[in-house]
Amino acid sequence: MSRNPEVPKSQNPNIDIQIIATPLLPQQCIDFIQDGGAGGQAVFIGTVRNQTKGNKVIRLEFESYIPMAIKELRKIAEAVFDKWDAFKIAIHHRVGVLEVGEIAVVIAVSTPHRKAAFEACEYAIDTLKETVPIWKKEVFENGEVWVAAHP
Amino acid sequence: MKIKLIAFGIAKDILNTQKMELDFEQEGLNIHYLKEHLLSNFPEFAKLRSLAFAVNDEYQEDDFLLNDRDEIVIIPPVSGG
Repeated sequence: MSRNPEVPKSQNPNIDIQIIATPLLPQQCIDFIQDGGAGGQAVFIGTVRNQTKGNKVIRLEFESYIPMAIKELRKIAEAVFDKWDAFKIAIHHRVGVLEVGEIAVVIAVSTPHRKAAFEACEYAIDTLKETVPIWKKEVFENGEVWVAAHP
Repeated sequence: MKIKLIAFGIAKDILNTQKMELDFEQEGLNIHYLKEHLLSNFPEFAKLRSLAFAVNDEYQEDDFLLNDRDEIVIIPPVSGG
């Protein structure tokens, strides 16, 4: 289902992957995925929640092993093209200190029809959460925790 | 064989450093050996949900053979997104 089977993977112009330390701009991702053939665009925005299990979150701190994270995000993007009929995908993730309400990740994908857009977008965020070397620490009033580190 | 460990997230806290050099007398060591070495010297690693390793920016399995001067990244449970 890849629309660009001959393009070297590192140069696929339909994939926009960024890991940056400055505030994310969803509109940039939406602008990137525009395609005249697309009937549907799905955008996932992950934001910093103000509480976890009743504990008030002060802030989140994200860190990443960036070269490998970019590689793993690229694998996810390529898997999206393999599994669905997608035109373009953008995945932007932030690192550093994020306050409550700020955007940690944006995933945007365009497809001919809406079902693929929803499915591809969900696949991308679900897989990101499993494989990409990015870690977040939740900072509470009374302590801090590396999320999901312990069973 | 000398190898360099690079740690992130809670692994960095457990080692109390981001970078650590290890010098092993034996040759032909693999990821499994390294994992056991870390577990016995830093028991906190055993409490983690998972512990993975990357060499050359790829996840590597237990049987991956290490070479002198490899840089090995310790990947504790990831939590992006």
